[in-house]
Amino acid sequence: MNEPVRERVTAAVGADPAWVGIGPLAAIPVRGARVVQGPGGDIAVFRTSDDRVFALLDRCPHKGGPLSQGIVFDCRVACPLHNWVIDLEAGAACAPDEGRVPRFPVRVEDGIVYLDLRGRPEP
Amino acid sequence: MSEREKLVVIGNGMAGMRTVEELLALAPDRYRITVFGAEPCGNYNRILLSPVLAGDKGLQDILLNDLDWYAERGITLHAGREVTAIDRARRRVRAADGTEAPYDRLLLATGSLPVVLPLPGADLDGVVTFRDIADVERMLAAAAGGRRAVVIGGGLLGLEAANGLGRRGMEVTVVHLAQSLMERQLDAPAAALLRRSLEARGLRILLEAQTEALLGAERVRAVRLADGRELEADLVVMAVGIRPNIALARDAGLHCERGVVVDDTLQTFDPRIYAVGECAQHRKTTYGLVAPLFEQAKVCANHLAFVGCTRYTGSVTSTRLKVTGVELFSAGDYLNAEGGDELVYQDPAGGIYKKVVVRGNRVSGAVLYGDSSDASWYFQLMREGTDVGEIRERLLFGQAHVGDAGHGGAHAVAAMDDAAEVCGCNGVCKGEIVRAITSKGLFTLEEVRAHTKASSSCGSCTGIVEQLLALTLGGDYSAPEVKPLCGCTGFTHEEVRRAIAENGLKTLPETMRFLEWRNPDGCQACRPALNYYLLCAWPGEYRDDGQSRFINERAHANIQRDGTYSVVPRIWGGVTSPAELRAIADVAERFEVPAVKLTGGQRIDLLGVPKERLPAVWHALNQAGLVSGHAYGKAVRTVKTCVGSEWCRFGTQDSTTLGIRMEKLCWGAWTPHKVKMGVSGCPRNCAEATIKDLGVIGVDSGWEIQVGGNGGVKVRATELLCRVKTMEEVLEYTGAFLQLYREEARYLERTAPWIERVGLAYVRRRLVEEDDGRRALYARFLDSQRRAQSDPWAERAQAPAHTGEFLPLARVG
Ligand code: SRM
Ligand SMILES: Cc1cc2nc3c(=O)[nH]c(=O)nc-3n(C[C@H](O)[C@H](O)[C@H](O)COP(=O)(O)OP(=O)(O)OC[C@H]3O[C@@H](n4cnc5c(N)ncnc54)[C@H](O)[C@@H]3O)c2cc1C
Ligand code: SF4
Ligand code: FES
Repeated sequence: MNEPVRERVTAAVGADPAWVGIGPLAAIPVRGARVVQGPGGDIAVFRTSDDRVFALLDRCPHKGGPLSQGIVFDCRVACPLHNWVIDLEAGAACAPDEGRVPRFPVRVEDGIVYLDLRGRPEP
Repeated sequence: MSEREKLVVIGNGMAGMRTVEELLALAPDRYRITVFGAEPCGNYNRILLSPVLAGDKGLQDILLNDLDWYAERGITLHAGREVTAIDRARRRVRAADGTEAPYDRLLLATGSLPVVLPLPGADLDGVVTFRDIADVERMLAAAAGGRRAVVIGGGLLGLEAANGLGRRGMEVTVVHLAQSLMERQLDAPAAALLRRSLEARGLRILLEAQTEALLGAERVRAVRLADGRELEADLVVMAVGIRPNIALARDAGLHCERGVVVDDTLQTFDPRIYAVGECAQHRKTTYGLVAPLFEQAKVCANHLAFVGCTRYTGSVTSTRLKVTGVELFSAGDYLNAEGGDELVYQDPAGGIYKKVVVRGNRVSGAVLYGDSSDASWYFQLMREGTDVGEIRERLLFGQAHVGDAGHGGAHAVAAMDDAAEVCGCNGVCKGEIVRAITSKGLFTLEEVRAHTKASSSCGSCTGIVEQLLALTLGGDYSAPEVKPLCGCTGFTHEEVRRAIAENGLKTLPETMRFLEWRNPDGCQACRPALNYYLLCAWPGEYRDDGQSRFINERAHANIQRDGTYSVVPRIWGGVTSPAELRAIADVAERFEVPAVKLTGGQRIDLLGVPKERLPAVWHALNQAGLVSGHAYGKAVRTVKTCVGSEWCRFGTQDSTTLGIRMEKLCWGAWTPHKVKMGVSGCPRNCAEATIKDLGVIGVDSGWEIQVGGNGGVKVRATELLCRVKTMEEVLEYTGAFLQLYREEARYLERTAPWIERVGLAYVRRRLVEEDDGRRALYARFLDSQRRAQSDPWAERAQAPAHTGEFLPLARVG
């Protein structure tokens, strides 16, 4: 039953070593998310219905709920613990709630998703 | 891109602008919008003119849409320009100053005009009506200079005007033609109490008094009554009624009676022209309160946006008086003209009077004076036609005394301390809610939920929040008649389900497209509901959409606060064996499960399992024959049993065996909310069957089937459905009951509120009186169960297709 977890995938975008491939886009469910275990904690990688991909730290600004487990709609996710809605693009809670989630640069090339983990995530 | 169509709106008031707002939300780019308003400002909240007059609010507080609002939306506003002609042939309107505008569609929202009595002297200076900002300014100017005011008319508007002028320091006399105040909203006892408390505030009230003339040379000086009395007056306010403002429409040849006649889509006899608000006459009725106008606005916008499938079918209205310190509410057939039973509570010394009119076990009207804390509850019972047969004798004591053992005591919302907690779930107190309503301009329950989180969780405080809204906004607030499923649609749960069945909608995208969902992706509220409705409508055929399920149901385990999960295997009827216990113990040890707990549902909870390990844990449990207990789902949970006649010295029936058979019959069914059952072997009821969704109690002659119980937030005991003789019959009733609940309750509505809404009599009719109907329900249940009963844990423990849900995608860095 075990699909091997991709360990330290090193494929890079073009010649730029900063981008780390994390797996095929097809492995992320549409209107869903997968978790990538990163050095500074889990990262949630989301895929929207129009195939846009976003990466956020997997911690809700409210009480740390795992955003990757929420229901994804439009460009947003509803946190599974207390239903805050987080805008994936802005990395911020939707009004009237307030709070931010660190974002990671992400891109898709030839069906592979790449993350840029250098430095601190974008606030 | 083709040229946008032109929409012209005549009337810049509450109904017209609400329609424009609703329209912009639905179809922001459909029209180029031009608005004419006779008043020289943006749209304001007319209702709040009373608190402005009384000095509780300033004019700046009541503006709803300022000039920027129009500019930002590209709307051309001609403020201060009154339209004087509509040329329907050339499709143009013209204003008094000559401004013209062409239209493709025209919306009339001209409101009403105050009635001016044709008395001698009616045109003197100092004689005003009470309708708009200019009137209020005139009154304030008079109050600053003069001393005496006479208000003609003891209805809602007149009394609010009188109170306001009194608060501004004038000596006020109210002259009223009828025998009692507000006779169109109050019965005699309530009106008498009202009179007493207004007099205590210093107002002088003359009943059965007819005004004959207004005296004065240029400025009014006195009012003469028919009996010859003369009342000195520096200011006279005429508040004797309103009449729909239809001159413009009538001159344009539109069919008018009392108002501009419209159909259920708010269209006038000219298909290009719509009318909303007080100027419109729908099914022989014109309205003078905002709640119905807002409902009209919604429907009208829907048709203007060409997404029209809603209909306006008329409104039930209620009245409150916005005089600080006077609590008064009236709705429906408050006079009991149609011959119902009157339930009356009277405490003249305490200044409290309550009358609820009940006809055929439904509330048909109510008058509350002095304590209106249960107003929204009675109003809701009335509008929804709830069966109150069973709570009749407690009805007058209010919601807090009905099936609410957990709380008790009346919610005197008005008297509540600001620091008192209203929403226990989110820790929100009264002061916070009231502040949010006033400072952020909130109007609806949904808005309060969004801004404060109050009432957004368990919902048990919804009644209080609605009362706070009503209290804070005055008559401005009215709960919507039937709530749409969520913000993505105007359709109700029932409408959506009907559309799915009647139009053979079989997928989520198809359903959303067909019903013109505002947001093609839906949201976290509607997607799970739609997924359930489709699943229920097309058993075996619909392909479940995991991404539209809440995480617990998607992962078949309960998410915990730290992101781990809990695992609860099914323990049929609460009966286990050493082998099962050993298997559970082994799993707990092998997977280092941090906590093992006996649940309140006679099962064992393994808490703190990381998501990645769930499939392996399930696999190990499966090997010992243990399957999912669905402790995470809107699904059949447990059947709690007692030991019963097999062991117990009192037992009259074998409750354990029946419980196990019921659980085997029902497990795996998805339901609108969770379903818990219980079976006790005798009326001592050790399995607590009387607070279950369905409870069975063994009696000498067979079994009693009880339904609609609930532990939880708001305790409710079951009600007896029927008595049967055999276990087979219990199973048939159980399956049929579940199927009826599955097919007809709203998503996230447990059996208790569902039965309160539809009435036990209805459920009895469908299940007990209609034998064929019950058998058909049972057959549908069995059919659905044939396809539903496969262990989701086994499916996921074995199939690699599901690993994506449980494993991380990668490990990096
Ligand atoms: C485990 C358990 C507590 C325990 O340790 O005993 C429990 C735990 C939870 N209950 Fe419960 N309830 C448990 C028995 C009950 C009971 C007692 C019973 O079933 O006999 C009740 C009152 C009876 C009733 O439902 O009518 C109960 C009334 C609730 C409610 C309030 C429901 C209501 O209608 O008011 C909620 C909230 C909800 O469902 O929205 C809730 C919600 C929850 C949740 C699912 C909270 C959540 O959403 O995460 C808890 C999940 C814990 C977990 O991960 O396992 N739990 N909960 C019990 C599991 C029983 C089982 O074997 O499946
Ligand atoms: C003092 C007061 C207190 C009230 N209290 C309550 C309450 O507590 N609860 C409640 O539900 N309701 C209350 N109402 C009633 C409520 O305000 C009205 O039902 C509501 O405002 C009607 O909305 P409308 O859009 O139909 O009319 P209006 O809000 O009157 O809007 C009509 C607008 O059209 C303009 N207009 C008319 N003819 C033309 C023309 N030819 N060209 C251009 N513009 C034109 C008018 O100037 C006006 O601005 C109160 C009303 C008043 C006056
Ligand atoms: S009562 Fe139920 S919901 Fe509340 S903490 Fe206990 S288990 Fe959780
Ligand atoms: S932790 Fe996300 S909403 Fe509370």
